[in-house]
Amino acid sequence: MIVRFFHQMGSPRYFYGVAGKMIPWFMVGFLVTLLLGIYYGLFVAPADYQQGESYRIMYIHVPAAWMSMFIYVVMAVSGLISLVWRIKMTEVMVISSATVGASFTFLALATGSLWGKPMWGTWWVWDARLTAELLLLFLYLGIIALHSAIEDKRVAARAVSILALVGVVNIPIIHYSVEWWNTLHQPASVTKLGKPSMDMSMLAPLLIMAISFKLYYGAVVLMRARAEIVERERNSRWVMEMVEQEAK
Amino acid sequence: MSTLSLTSAFTLLLKRDLVLAYRRRAEMVNPMLFFVLVTAMFPLGIGNDPKLIEAVGPGVVWVAALLAALLSLDSMFRSDFDDGSLEQFMLSAHPVSILVLAKVLAHWLVTGLPLFVVAPLLAVLLNVPSSAIPTLMLTLVLGTPVLSLIGSVGVALTVGLRRGGVILSLLVLPLYVPVLIFATDAVKTAIVGIPTTAQLSILSAMLVGSLVLAPMATAASLRISLS
Amino acid sequence: MTAASSTRTTTAFEARSLECIRDDRMLFEDLSFTITSGQALVLEGSNGSGKTSLLRILCGIRLPESGELFWEGDSIFRLGPEFHEHMAYLGHKDGSKLDLTPLENLRIARGLGKARADIGLEEALDQVGLYGFEDVPTRNLSAGQQRRLAIARLLVTDAKLWILDEPFTSLDRKGIAHMERLFEGHLNRGGMAAMTTHHRIGFRDDVQLVRINLSER
Repeated sequence: MIVRFFHQMGSPRYFYGVAGKMIPWFMVGFLVTLLLGIYYGLFVAPADYQQGESYRIMYIHVPAAWMSMFIYVVMAVSGLISLVWRIKMTEVMVISSATVGASFTFLALATGSLWGKPMWGTWWVWDARLTAELLLLFLYLGIIALHSAIEDKRVAARAVSILALVGVVNIPIIHYSVEWWNTLHQPASVTKLGKPSMDMSMLAPLLIMAISFKLYYGAVVLMRARAEIVERERNSRWVMEMVEQEAK
Repeated sequence: MSTLSLTSAFTLLLKRDLVLAYRRRAEMVNPMLFFVLVTAMFPLGIGNDPKLIEAVGPGVVWVAALLAALLSLDSMFRSDFDDGSLEQFMLSAHPVSILVLAKVLAHWLVTGLPLFVVAPLLAVLLNVPSSAIPTLMLTLVLGTPVLSLIGSVGVALTVGLRRGGVILSLLVLPLYVPVLIFATDAVKTAIVGIPTTAQLSILSAMLVGSLVLAPMATAASLRISLS
Repeated sequence: MTAASSTRTTTAFEARSLECIRDDRMLFEDLSFTITSGQALVLEGSNGSGKTSLLRILCGIRLPESGELFWEGDSIFRLGPEFHEHMAYLGHKDGSKLDLTPLENLRIARGLGKARADIGLEEALDQVGLYGFEDVPTRNLSAGQQRRLAIARLLVTDAKLWILDEPFTSLDRKGIAHMERLFEGHLNRGGMAAMTTHHRIGFRDDVQLVRINLSER
């Protein structure tokens, strides 16, 4: 049943059409939740009693960090599906996700560093989460580099799928080791956010932003996937017909 | 296929790679020399303060071992890819992952084990107390095979590429981080005189895990690289 | 050609509607054939028509875009190594180690496949005309001799299906005729072959050839 669903979605032409219809919905949802999240995050949520206003960067940083993990998992699952059932569309999903995931990871690092300046007094601290995030960025960059180095894009997609699977097995180990390393070298000094006692008025914008980022990812990954499909299938009949119609 | 011929295929391939390495034994010294040289660069870079050198010693030895392992990885499948032997392995009557395991083992014996031999010397150069040297050796014995196993996946993915070397380091180094952390931590703990069972057990677990998983991933990657 | 009903009794290798795309170019589609014991498939076609790609698909190194391959009725992708023990491949590259001697190279080839009991390694070298070169490093052999060594590899395993990509490369006329006799011998023993060659094949008339021209499809 699930396999049949994937096979139907696996037809590039079908996927192209469905994705095209879905993108506007994702975009609208993204914009609405983004505005809502920014409004609540910047104007409604109260200032933190310790960090003042600077904590508000969390509304970008934390969802971005969540997305960086989430997208990697999506990528690995798509990779597994494309290796096992050889479905073209999940192959496209893997590499389309990689660039978006790398951007979110970079965003999380950049905002983390900006946040670090008022909190720690320096731009960069070898804190466990930031270090793990940096390593995740390297994993994403490795995937992108490997994909661009292999000329045959179907081969590239399968190679990248394996790499994503290897990465997803290793990420928990890397996280664990970095945490181990951090507690040894730098006794816990920084109070972490995300403690369960966070006030609802602070938490709500965070969740809204998280949903917003997910919708953004949905929209962008579908756009990228569509572009990738057209490029891959540029010699097929349906793409040529489509291009001719557009030209008219 | 009977298990007998499977083990004999394993030993056959292991022997073949060792014979090949022996016929080019001059090349075997290179990773070892690299290991020594990189280690020697660090005191030159950070100054000759014995306290400072002692503090970074375990980390330097391990980073140098990491780089030496990385440098030697490319030779794991390169010549077999170039002369067509790798194709023949893919088409053998045996599971490819077993053949991969034989090749990785041979590669480790030739490139990883020599590091182990010179490590005590480097430890002395870097003021690592002699009480911690056995632990350093133990981490190398447990850790460098993991480097070879994880590395084999990366090499398998990049062996068909013209400029795979740089990409290889990008793929493999982040995955080496856990080994680096636990190995250096074990040595540092040993210097202080605290038992290192936890770190060594984690390293052993990583070795077992990569022994089981890496050959399969490498076999699948080789199949992709050759298609 | 051979009727599908006979595949149950005799050994058969069947391709069903293979399709191959390389670098956005459709090389062939809906390509089907069956070969049985004693038959040789000869691929013809101009350069770049997909002969090598097809041969690599047949041995399972390359995956077809679509289509299936069956060895005695079972999909070769499911069989994996169990198919490979019945098959030997001679590609563009010889697959020999130049630092090893011919004898050592053959020993490895035999160990990787299912060893053939009725022929020794020296005898195989003798059959391809490398008698006396057993212990010379392969590096010191001429290109033609290295090709002969690669062909000797086919002899030492019990592979029924030989997949040969330009097997006569760098062989002289006499060498080619000699190798053709070896291939005929293999077919007479109930073997099969799939091959490409630029040379006109001089097999005896009673050898059954299945010709496919990839350029004229």
